[in-house]
Amino acid sequence: MTQAQSVRQISFIQAINEALRQEMHRDPDVIVMGEDIAGGGEREDFQDAWGGPMRLTKGLVNDFGRLRVRDTPISEAGFVGAGVGAAASGLRPVVDLMYVSFYGVCADQITNNAAKMHYMFGGKVKIPLTIMTGIGAGTNSAAQHSETLYSIFTHFPGLKCVVPSNPYNAKGLMAAAIRDDDPVIVFNNRQLMGFRFEDNVPEESYTIEIGKSEIKTQGEDITLLGIGYTTRVCMEAAGLLEERGYSVEVLDLLSLSPMDEDAILSSVQKTKKIVIVDEDYPRCSIATDISALVAEEAFDYLDAPPKRVTPPHTQVPYSRPLEALFVPTKEKVLAAALELLE
Amino acid sequence: MPYEELNKESLLWMYETMVTIRRFEEQSRREADAGKLRGMHSSIGQEAVPTGICAHLNEKDYVLGTHRSHHHCIAKGLDINEMMAELLGKSTGTGKGKGGTMHIADIDKGMLGANGVVGSNIPVATGVALTAKVKGTDQVSVVFFGDGASSQGVLHESMNLAGIWKLPVIFVCENNRYAEATPFEYSVAGGSVANRADGYGIPGVTVDGQSALDVYEVGKEAVSRARMGEGPTLIEAQTYRYQGHFGADDPLGYRSKEEQEYYMSRDCIVMLQKHILDGAYADETQLEVIDKKCIEAVNTAAEFANNSPFPDSEELTTDVYVAY
Repeated sequence: MTQAQSVRQISFIQAINEALRQEMHRDPDVIVMGEDIAGGGEREDFQDAWGGPMRLTKGLVNDFGRLRVRDTPISEAGFVGAGVGAAASGLRPVVDLMYVSFYGVCADQITNNAAKMHYMFGGKVKIPLTIMTGIGAGTNSAAQHSETLYSIFTHFPGLKCVVPSNPYNAKGLMAAAIRDDDPVIVFNNRQLMGFRFEDNVPEESYTIEIGKSEIKTQGEDITLLGIGYTTRVCMEAAGLLEERGYSVEVLDLLSLSPMDEDAILSSVQKTKKIVIVDEDYPRCSIATDISALVAEEAFDYLDAPPKRVTPPHTQVPYSRPLEALFVPTKEKVLAAALELLE
Repeated sequence: MPYEELNKESLLWMYETMVTIRRFEEQSRREADAGKLRGMHSSIGQEAVPTGICAHLNEKDYVLGTHRSHHHCIAKGLDINEMMAELLGKSTGTGKGKGGTMHIADIDKGMLGANGVVGSNIPVATGVALTAKVKGTDQVSVVFFGDGASSQGVLHESMNLAGIWKLPVIFVCENNRYAEATPFEYSVAGGSVANRADGYGIPGVTVDGQSALDVYEVGKEAVSRARMGEGPTLIEAQTYRYQGHFGADDPLGYRSKEEQEYYMSRDCIVMLQKHILDGAYADETQLEVIDKKCIEAVNTAAEFANNSPFPDSEELTTDVYVAY
């Protein structure tokens, strides 16, 4: 058997779709709802008109019907809140919050209800809710459709936050999120939805443990930490650094809450240098959090201060040349790494 | 519960429930005055509303409430020992003392929680009704909220969602005429909460919230519609909060003594008592026995709560997640 035959390549979108389909087959309590996740409402001659704004839910309505695959009105507070109630009373809802920037109209349901009910009610109510949401700049979508914002949700006790970086972990994390008894937000980067990946994605169902990072490449001289899309940027930068003779470790964080602190610290203890590459805004962010962790817990191991590569403290611009300056690039990561190495 | 008709059994259950609520709230106030809890939202005056509705519910049906929810919890059959312990932040409370007066819940009894954010529970209750629909059960979800919440967007989003999906949810507005210190007349455009249902194609009913019998009747119709799969109902029960918003405030700072006296002259417990006596469903002696029983139960609850231990320090960080 040749290599080409053994590798099953699917897109990021297909991976999420496959996880949803398999979980819905596995568990009749899994339902999906959101805006245009099927499209066409109840018009029988127009079923699956869209299959989700990003096609993540394409075909599900044909397999599972309108009872479990529910188009919603444009009413995020209503249907995210309904997801919380459905989760509290025996379903495992997956709610599609099209873009993360729309959290503003339903934040109360996420942070005051989904996050807090288990604690406030003394652990007696579970909220097995999955929210999937689109994140990331680089798609010419301007300030309200390009944010990353996972740091905000990581701030809240009671929420779990995962950020896949390729189709393999997208499928495994999505399945794990749905099976999890806590509320989990899956942040899907929209640039990743457009790329071709070489990774093998098994057809059978599997999960990836929430809270575990992955070492993409082992190295000795420096750690590059990526999250979702920026893991790809880190891999590209690692290639450039290796051309210069450096041995680079790339850590794909995958989960922001819980966060694999042990993996971050062991990598830094080995390489003694870290560049944290994050597409979220730079203030009060996950990058800042990791930087603090490294400074507090691994200070004695460090040869240089932890370094962050993030967008500037600004909005995501519309104009393409400006937008290209916003998202972290391999060149910026290379420059930051060389600053620490040289 | 549930009670199919108004007869001796159901009337005396309603009477006992309402008197228990009032005595419980009076005791809660005493505990608050003694400094054992802060900011307690008393439901005195509003006892008939959840009582008349919950008379139609069983343990599998759900109730969701507000910051002012002690009466919802008692009407849904929660243990008042555990409730009082929760008020005092004790480990024996409904939420192990972690939620407090605004977050009492008991999922085994179908109480999915009081909620400290005005209007916040309305979409949650709608989702509970969605579970019933998807699973094909005949469960009903009831959410109580105030006139203040009737201007929150989530009520409108939820009525819309429940309207298009024909969900078994009942939206019960306890219009006690004040959102904190702001009068209903000022804050609700159109002058009616019930009329707001019209825009969503669902029934909107106004009822005298001081009459447990009237609330019972509209509750019967709404619960029956929900169980039959005919969709949601909005009920506006016109009632009155006797005390301040959170107890320590003086309501006479924003409303007249005459107004208070008018509403208190239509006290829901007195009205029900009269109906019971006039109809000879029970005599005064029998009601006195119930009154005494309620006082004893509340005294027992206070004793239980005061004698219970505070939570262990480890409880600070447990129950944040199911697993982390």
